[in-house]
Amino acid sequence: MPLVFAGVCSHAPGITGRSDQADPNIRDAFYAAFDQMRQDLEAAKPDALVIVAAEHFANFFMNNMPSFALGMADVYEGPIEDPGWLGIEKVTVPGNRDISERLIKGVMNHSDVSYAEEWRFDHGIMVPLHFLTPRYDLPIIPANINCQGPPLTPLPRAWAFGEAIRTAADAMPERIAVVGTGGISHWPATPDSGKINEPWDREFMDRWCRNDKDALLSYDDNQVYAEAGQGGFEIRTFLCISAAAGGARGTVHFYAPIPIFSVGCTVATYQLDGAVQAPAGVVSAGAQP
Amino acid sequence: MSLYHVQKFLYELNRDEAVQAAYHTDRHAVIAPYELTDEERGALTEPDIGLLFHLGVNGQILMHFAALHQIEWSDYLQRMRDGIATHGPVREGVYAMTGYEGVDAHAEKLGQSSQATDGTGNAGTTNQES
Repeated sequence: MPLVFAGVCSHAPGITGRSDQADPNIRDAFYAAFDQMRQDLEAAKPDALVIVAAEHFANFFMNNMPSFALGMADVYEGPIEDPGWLGIEKVTVPGNRDISERLIKGVMNHSDVSYAEEWRFDHGIMVPLHFLTPRYDLPIIPANINCQGPPLTPLPRAWAFGEAIRTAADAMPERIAVVGTGGISHWPATPDSGKINEPWDREFMDRWCRNDKDALLSYDDNQVYAEAGQGGFEIRTFLCISAAAGGARGTVHFYAPIPIFSVGCTVATYQLDGAVQAPAGVVSAGAQP
Repeated sequence: MSLYHVQKFLYELNRDEAVQAAYHTDRHAVIAPYELTDEERGALTEPDIGLLFHLGVNGQILMHFAALHQIEWSDYLQRMRDGIATHGPVREGVYAMTGYEGVDAHAEKLGQSSQATDGTGNAGTTNQES
């Protein structure tokens, strides 16, 4: 069945772990956008949610680093972080091994991918799930793109991975949703944490909304590092969703730099039915510069 | 230098409560199997967050180590800045890839103020061009 939902959102641990330190007006508007995304996701009635993350050394390390991985288990656990630090209690998250296995087989026809029958979620998945599936009642299929340990997954391969997920999902009887989580520009967990390059973010999301493949794949890692920080490497997850959306146009429902969250907080979705339901482009629900 | 082994230990410490318990019991014993220099052992057992950042430990690994030691977020950021000031630029790893040179120089290169990097985070976006 054709993909039923595609979107992206931020996942920084400060979003839940340092919520009390943010400007409540901007924070609450961001949380409201997350909640609207939850409602839209639920309205799409997915049977499973593929969450494309840029995990941070919770499961994969440089002793055996996959460019791509997909989870294949009935149950996952998270967060690995201290619950008090992250602001999310440790929970059991449902998966669906059968759906995962069929998705993985489909993806493998077009993209090399590792599979994992164990996967402990870090904030990269837990923060989005905290808002999008707060009852933990939707089967999750975790996906990972190596955005952390160089050599990183090349951008064109991240695009091809997204296309492979779409092809595989469309061929399955289940209703599959995809959500990518990550950056955009940020310098997380470094002395520059809190720095956000808002013009860079808005330019990136403009390309994302137009689903401009050439423009999205034109980024260079050295340039990204200099202008958008090492957290900018996580644009791979956003590109993957662009590819999975198959040319659909997108809308940014919320964007605002929230330095204590260490990221330009973003909620955006693609209109997958081919009809443009809303003007493509950035809707500035957040603070204007 | 054995940044790989420093990060490997921290990776296993961050995700395994049994390793955390062993670390709390005897820090020196739990790192004994890893191929580390005296400088690295000292940084891991003291702990010296600034030195570990200078050595090149990825912040996504290091921030959990700081949390394990109940180091508050703004203090964690300051310790990394102090490490750069004391020891110099990051030696290797992802932050040395294109020459991480410290907060102020880095911000200046981007045409930005480093105001919002104090960890309080409510100074708004730092980009002067916006």
